[in-house]
Amino acid sequence: MNRVLGDPRAILVLLGPALLVYTLVMLVPIFWSLGYTVFEGNPITGFEFVGLDNFVALANDPKIADALVFTLKYAVVLTIAQVGFGYLLALIYVFWLRKASSLVRTLAFFPVVLPTVAVALLFQELFKIAPVNGLVNDLLNLAGIPSVDWFASPDTAFLVLILMDLWRSMGFYAVLLYAGLVDIPDDLFESARLDGASGWRLVRHIVIPLSLPVLLSSIIFSVNGTLKVFDSVLALTGGGPGNTTTPLTLYMYQTSFTYGEYGYGSSIALLLTIICLLVTIFIFRSSRRDLTKG
Amino acid sequence: MTTARTRARRFVPLIAGLGATALLLSACSGDSGGGDATAPTDFTYLSFAENTSIQDTLTSLSTGSCSAEEEALPLDITTQPQASYDQQLQLLAGQDALPVLFASGNSPQVAKDLNDGGKLVDVEAALEELGQTDAIIPAARSTVEALYGGDVFVLPTEFNVEGIWYNKALFAENGIEEPTTWDELTAAAATLSAAGVTPFSADGQDGWPLTRLVGNYLFRTIGPDALQKVIDGDASLTDPEYVEAAAAVAELGEAGYFGPSVGSIDYMTAVNQFLTGEAGMFYMGSWILANFNDPEQNKIGAENIGFMPFPEVEGGEGSRDQLAANVGVPLALSEASYGEDVSAWLDCFAENFGSTSLGEQGVITGFAVNEPVEDLPPLTQAVQERIDQTTQSVLWFEALFNAKAAATSQTNASQLVTGAISPEEFMEMVQADLN
Repeated sequence: MNRVLGDPRAILVLLGPALLVYTLVMLVPIFWSLGYTVFEGNPITGFEFVGLDNFVALANDPKIADALVFTLKYAVVLTIAQVGFGYLLALIYVFWLRKASSLVRTLAFFPVVLPTVAVALLFQELFKIAPVNGLVNDLLNLAGIPSVDWFASPDTAFLVLILMDLWRSMGFYAVLLYAGLVDIPDDLFESARLDGASGWRLVRHIVIPLSLPVLLSSIIFSVNGTLKVFDSVLALTGGGPGNTTTPLTLYMYQTSFTYGEYGYGSSIALLLTIICLLVTIFIFRSSRRDLTKG
Repeated sequence: MTTARTRARRFVPLIAGLGATALLLSACSGDSGGGDATAPTDFTYLSFAENTSIQDTLTSLSTGSCSAEEEALPLDITTQPQASYDQQLQLLAGQDALPVLFASGNSPQVAKDLNDGGKLVDVEAALEELGQTDAIIPAARSTVEALYGGDVFVLPTEFNVEGIWYNKALFAENGIEEPTTWDELTAAAATLSAAGVTPFSADGQDGWPLTRLVGNYLFRTIGPDALQKVIDGDASLTDPEYVEAAAAVAELGEAGYFGPSVGSIDYMTAVNQFLTGEAGMFYMGSWILANFNDPEQNKIGAENIGFMPFPEVEGGEGSRDQLAANVGVPLALSEASYGEDVSAWLDCFAENFGSTSLGEQGVITGFAVNEPVEDLPPLTQAVQERIDQTTQSVLWFEALFNAKAAATSQTNASQLVTGAISPEEFMEMVQADLN
């Protein structure tokens, strides 16, 4: 075996096809898109070299600022919510439900496997007002509160979006964090309890520090996933009302494919890539520092 | 022997890898074949998945009047959902693989771009060559020319006039006469609203039925060239007389005339509100006749529906006679595959499409009806007559806009009528995307 793997030709044969496919479907489009940033046009009208015009437009486009603010707001709020609730669920699994948690785990995980579009349709029905009230407005009416047109104002539309994505994803983070929590040796808890730690102090001094690595990976997962949100917004609100729930990804898609501006769309994609890169580096660095401390 | 076998074995993965790569590459290039001016083997038609009437009419032609052409070049229909259609067209155009006949995209700009790239057949010249110059009716021709900058390179497979449909019974009950001016219209709306009826049913989710009102108001106050002036740079949507139109429509919303949650009402809900008598008026194009003529959907009865052109605005330049009109999503022919067999199809198409579509689908087209169609529903008949009387038509608000401005206008329309944004802000946003 060693002889085969030591042979550069064998390595080439084994890695070649995968590398070729990866290059064709990942690297070539990435660099192609990068090239588009200095051009403008689409396959119908043809492409024209515009130099740095797209980046100038990027800096002056008020919609970019709106989309950027929305993307960051969404990423921060949803990350706090889904990792927070996921962690809470994981704690419940480990300390309260213990061995009986498998049913609850399955139920909480269930929305993760549902297709986003189906979930979005479900939430549209739940929160709808016309032609008839959905379940949520019916419940509000029962409590004597008038119906709310959830998708008509930016704040309520954002709230529904966060609720939907929270319901969809917290089961996933709960399982991820649960795996981290069950790894903590039981004798540590026992000795802590013998030392008189219980409740919040146990969580603060034993659980959080020992589950920090998996907590940080969850946050990295979550931030990167939420910065790139696309399907749930498109399916639930379509970016509306107006463009108040339009993240960068959706604006990029609209610019490229609806407005036929491939160059400007690629510039937005580059901006998004840089943001994701910066956030990941930032979190990696802070996590490394924390790990050496802990 | 053994060495030969080991050598062979050593090359197996390499050969397999090369084979896989070759397959991959050939799969990538497989579709881009029919590019050059080679004669097509099928009469390929790419349609909006949502539009079945053109597909059905074509299928009917292929088994009836155009069976000889079908023999030479069989019809082959593929569909693509409207939402991703422009993208598909861009892809095909980029590969020089446009179908023979195709829906020309979500905005007139798509066909204009294709035509500028020399990819479309000059329909006017082609029809002239075939001796079919009268195939397209004058009203449809003028709409096409207005939309596409004076040239005819699309086939108007639909011709719609737009206006306000109203519930005659509700009007009679409340003592309302057909309004002819904007003030009379708002007075009628106030009366209906006081009587507990939603005055206007409107699809605020898609937005365009609301911006249609803004556009019509502009055509009545400034005249039929109101929006051409904006495109030519002679006027701006932020000018006071333009903002006035957005403000007038916003006032309707402020008074609650579109009902409580217009932004959440989709197309079919709006249709149902009108057809169940919940709403008194409904701005829509004549394509809606298919729903009106269906007793299953229409609970108020087709005889109870009246049609009025958009009213005049006092002191305005425009008149009620200038009906808003459109040609739906017209079809275009690919230049690359245009040859003898395709021109035979075009000849048969021009001759028969109008009457077949009207007779079998009840859809009024921009083509002359060469064979009289019997037993038309009275409402369709009335609209057909009004089309025949129309000499000058106007377009709609977004007709001449680029895709970006059109999207901005339509996605923000419901915010305009709910008061979330001001008329000034609305017009500024749209104008910003036009610059």
